[in-house]
Amino acid sequence: MWASTSPAAVVLIFSFFGFGAFARESGISLFDTVFISFFVWALPGQVVLVSEIASGATMTAAALAVTLTAVRLLPLAVTLLPILREPHTPKWKQYLLTHFMAITVWVESMRKLPGMPRDERIPYYSGFCAVLFVTNMFVAAIGHSLAGILSAKLAAGLLFLTPLYFVLSLISVSNDWSNRLALLFGFILGPIFFIYFRGYELLLSGLIGGTLAYFAGRRFEQK
Amino acid sequence: MGDIEFWANLGMLLVAGYFATDIWRLAGVFAAAKVDENGEIFRWVRAVSTALVAALVARIIFFPIGALADVEPLVRFSAVIVGTGIFLKFGRSIAYGIIAGEIILLVGHFYLTGL
Repeated sequence: MWASTSPAAVVLIFSFFGFGAFARESGISLFDTVFISFFVWALPGQVVLVSEIASGATMTAAALAVTLTAVRLLPLAVTLLPILREPHTPKWKQYLLTHFMAITVWVESMRKLPGMPRDERIPYYSGFCAVLFVTNMFVAAIGHSLAGILSAKLAAGLLFLTPLYFVLSLISVSNDWSNRLALLFGFILGPIFFIYFRGYELLLSGLIGGTLAYFAGRRFEQK
Repeated sequence: MGDIEFWANLGMLLVAGYFATDIWRLAGVFAAAKVDENGEIFRWVRAVSTALVAALVARIIFFPIGALADVEPLVRFSAVIVGTGIFLKFGRSIAYGIIAGEIILLVGHFYLTGL
């Protein structure tokens, strides 16, 4: 019932299914797939981590790539917490609350929480996160299990969910020029760097494409 | 899998997955009162992370692995373009965009390769 009120939650569930299938295709075990989902709980980072492991990257390279995708969680936390917390919510509890925050949860929270009395916000948020989190642990496991059983053609459809979801959610949160250009530059540079600097393509595309986009975006906006 | 291998693997996942991710959630807790969301460093970091995820998406679409690699490149590209077009056309609805993209991908794939 709760899911029918939140299209974003349904999309997230499908995407976790796709992630489970993707992890399976990348040679990640069922246990590791759920373990990663539990401790990372942010799809871009999860997909980067799985890709890095599958391509034989070192732990340092994988951690760097993952941490770069996770930087976006900082602004989400900074904008969510002032709305969510109560005056005396301790830091450790605030941290626990943010572990369950990813883009979908953030979008839904920013939509619903401001209209609620403050003492109902943490209970509402916790309930929403708990259902979404537990459901998606199972969904990731099911996606992992079914990836081998489904016909290869349907599996292709599942694997396609994740990149498609990322493209659309990136566009939907890229409201200024530097982010729009970063999207474009990253999209162009990713495959090029993959050919010439395999293993470092994500870091390089992020740093070079993102930096170019940041400066170009600033120029656009100043005009 | 041996014991050492098992724990080494979990350690790798914790460092490269959990620590690498939650350091920013934790930083967010401490920065919640202080960080300027419109500051320049913040905008640059965000552009870098956007480009990184975009590169990841492009890599999966241009150089897919597993079952997705069997889908014709033209079908993959069309599915992304149509999905994005529907998404933009229908009030930035991610659900509609995904449904449209998936339909193009599956129909195109089945059409070209048979059932």
